[in-house]
Amino acid sequence: MSLVVENLTIDHGAIRAIDNVSFTVATGQLAAVIGANGAGKTTLLRTLSGLKESKSGNATWNGKSILGVRPEDLARSGIMHVSDGKSVIAELSVKENLALAGLWRKDKKDVAAVTAEVVDLFPVLGQRMSQASGSLSGGERQMLAIGRALIARPKLLLLDEPSLGLAPLIIEQIFQTIKSLVAKMDLTVVLVEQNAMGALKIADEGIVLNLGSVVAVDSAQTLLNDPAVRAAYLGF
Amino acid sequence: MLQFITAILTSLSAGAIYALMSTALVLVWRSTRVINFAQAGQAVLTTYIGYEITIRTGSYWYGLIAAILSGALIGAIIDRFFMRPIFKRIKSGPIVMIAPVVATLGLLGIIQAIIGFIWGLNYQTLAAPVSTDGYKIANTVIAFSPYNLMVLLSVTITMVLLTVLFQKTNIGLALRASAYSPEIAKLSGIKVDAVRTLGWAIAGAASGLAGMLYIPNSYLYPNGMDVLLVFGFIAAVIGGLDSLFGAVAGAMILGFAINFVATYISYKLVFPTAFVILILVLLVKPGGLFSSSKGRKD
Amino acid sequence: MHKISANRKRLLAFILLGWALLFIGDRVGELQQYQGAFVAMYALAIASIILLTGYSGQLSLGHSALMAVGAYAGALSINNLKLHPVIALIIAALVAGIFGLILGIAAARLSGPYLAGTTLALAISLPTIANQFTILGGEQGILFDIGTPPTRFGEEFSQYKWFFWVSSLAALIMIWLLSNLVHSKYGRVFRALRDNQTAAQLAGINVGRQKAVAFAVSSGVAGLAGGLLVMLISGVSPSAFPLSLSFSLLTGAVVTGVYDLKGVMLGGLVLVAIPEIADSIGSRVGGSDGFTMALPGFLVSALLILAVLFTPNGPGQLLKKKM
Repeated sequence: MSLVVENLTIDHGAIRAIDNVSFTVATGQLAAVIGANGAGKTTLLRTLSGLKESKSGNATWNGKSILGVRPEDLARSGIMHVSDGKSVIAELSVKENLALAGLWRKDKKDVAAVTAEVVDLFPVLGQRMSQASGSLSGGERQMLAIGRALIARPKLLLLDEPSLGLAPLIIEQIFQTIKSLVAKMDLTVVLVEQNAMGALKIADEGIVLNLGSVVAVDSAQTLLNDPAVRAAYLGF
Repeated sequence: MLQFITAILTSLSAGAIYALMSTALVLVWRSTRVINFAQAGQAVLTTYIGYEITIRTGSYWYGLIAAILSGALIGAIIDRFFMRPIFKRIKSGPIVMIAPVVATLGLLGIIQAIIGFIWGLNYQTLAAPVSTDGYKIANTVIAFSPYNLMVLLSVTITMVLLTVLFQKTNIGLALRASAYSPEIAKLSGIKVDAVRTLGWAIAGAASGLAGMLYIPNSYLYPNGMDVLLVFGFIAAVIGGLDSLFGAVAGAMILGFAINFVATYISYKLVFPTAFVILILVLLVKPGGLFSSSKGRKD
Repeated sequence: MHKISANRKRLLAFILLGWALLFIGDRVGELQQYQGAFVAMYALAIASIILLTGYSGQLSLGHSALMAVGAYAGALSINNLKLHPVIALIIAALVAGIFGLILGIAAARLSGPYLAGTTLALAISLPTIANQFTILGGEQGILFDIGTPPTRFGEEFSQYKWFFWVSSLAALIMIWLLSNLVHSKYGRVFRALRDNQTAAQLAGINVGRQKAVAFAVSSGVAGLAGGLLVMLISGVSPSAFPLSLSFSLLTGAVVTGVYDLKGVMLGGLVLVAIPEIADSIGSRVGGSDGFTMALPGFLVSALLILAVLFTPNGPGQLLKKKM
């Protein structure tokens, strides 16, 4: 089981947002996709989760194409996308938000079990179950969004800038949690981040995007030590 | 004093029917971001169906069930086979703004024309299942009848059922999630398209009930529910288009306002009053009096 | 210099059109003259919709009510104030325009479905309101008599030809004025309102005021059309202005291109043709009375939906696609 992206090209209106991009993420790996604002990272993720159409190229998960499939069908087949910013429904309670990803699941016992696991992982959610999600802090909302995705027992997790707008301490927490999730929940993760350092530190491999094209694909460690990457994205 | 109590009771009864219509409009608005002007056509069409069943079976109640069920079916069909293709087709240009509105208007005209084809344009009457003579209190007959009571009870039961559906069931959660954020709902695996069709079905059933409750006090003809569409719309605007509670509250406010004006001032001022209230709300608090979010979501 | 000659060209075109119409009017029978008068009246009403929706981006479903306001004002001027019919028509336009200004000030704050719903409420409530005030003649309505043609035109000059002349002239003059309006600075302002209100505001346009102005002008034109309509049917009553009239006007505007005044005559022709077509279909198919009476409404609505789906920019779009 791996995510294979081949010669993927995506247009955003008149702009070529992603240009002939190829990479592979093997099972159980955490891949960080880094690059500056406007590099096309979010567009890439939205296409992989079915929210956006691609122009040409392939993307397969487990050998099956995931392009042109409806988002809800992809979600039901084990691919969960936690989008950036507004990923919880503010008007619904924490409990209701968590329940969303389990509504269609037939195995209600497992839904209950994994919900308990999620609450274990993010105790603060357990304390705020009946609160409206809009009243949560930024970090808590991110935990809720990730927790909700996990309830579906996904195999592939697409995370879009989970650190956005969060305090450094919380970011550290979130990144560590994400890292631990890979083994705990048997996941493959694609982590899109502007926080290149934090992402590469927990990742196995790194994919560097610039203006829609891949400029580097390598192990995360190598990229961390690469002077060009350091100068461009790591600030030192 | 008696006049006052009567006015309150009749306001409740009138407001109850407006509440059904405003609920239908709010349901469709929340799921599709469209004001469904064709709701008037759906409501009157299902009342014609109810009328036919009532005549053939001799029972108003069978007609009522038929109206509600056909309302749900027709609502679902309209969303699935009319609205969805239109949205797919109209994606860009200045026409995007007016296209859905014009589409529901065109649909209204078509439904009313089809009714004319099948049943003709004459006024029919639908008999109420219970007495429409006012209750007698201390030797005076008041303007509130067993029929009004039946209306009040049916709508109350319906609202309770809908509230339970939306707040306590999985389907209700799916409906609400899809209305608040279709994208997050999709990413959670909810089949948003099917859920939206369900929303239209519920709206259709509500307007079907509204028609069967309203028409016995009025006449059955293709344009017979136009006035109720207007009142339902105004009620929905007053309450804010984004909550069921607002729809009911707005309907009650409107019902009370125009009933009291009719009772104490003049029945000729009913429409002007409704209109003035509409303009006031739209100018002062366009998001509605009970809306939780800021301003209107266009 | 270039601008002046464009205006002159337009004036010339309208004058030529006017002569052409008078020429045709002389050569056809009375029925065609009567129908021609209706075409002109509808063209004018459609022009009011195009100004409001196509140029300033506001969707109104209440123009049947605005036409009624003008019609009643005109009828009252003739009957109660004993004014000359031509003055009555001008009053029709003015009263409707003022009413539209007030409405427009409120409407300027509304958008999309809210404006549509509010104007729809107006269109639906109007017949009931008109019914209730005795000065408006209730259900029966009041007479509107444009009078007979002036004697100097001779005895051969029929009432229908007079209708045709008055209607066409009024429509022609008004549409020429509108045409000048949309080609002037005002036209650009209106189009800015339609396309991007925020940008218009940033460019210094007082969006609220201009929207109200557009609404007022559109209402005045509709009021004049309303006056013409009741002249043609010799009386104004609530049943002359049903909700379906608003639909018809909208359809006429969308079918012939809601963004451009050029198609209004075609729109008027379509609206006059539909009842005729419905009649002939009805007699051929031999349907019931209900069928024949409901058919025009069906055709109008179906046409509206098809037009919005396939030719929102007018029939020219279809032709361009084929090329």
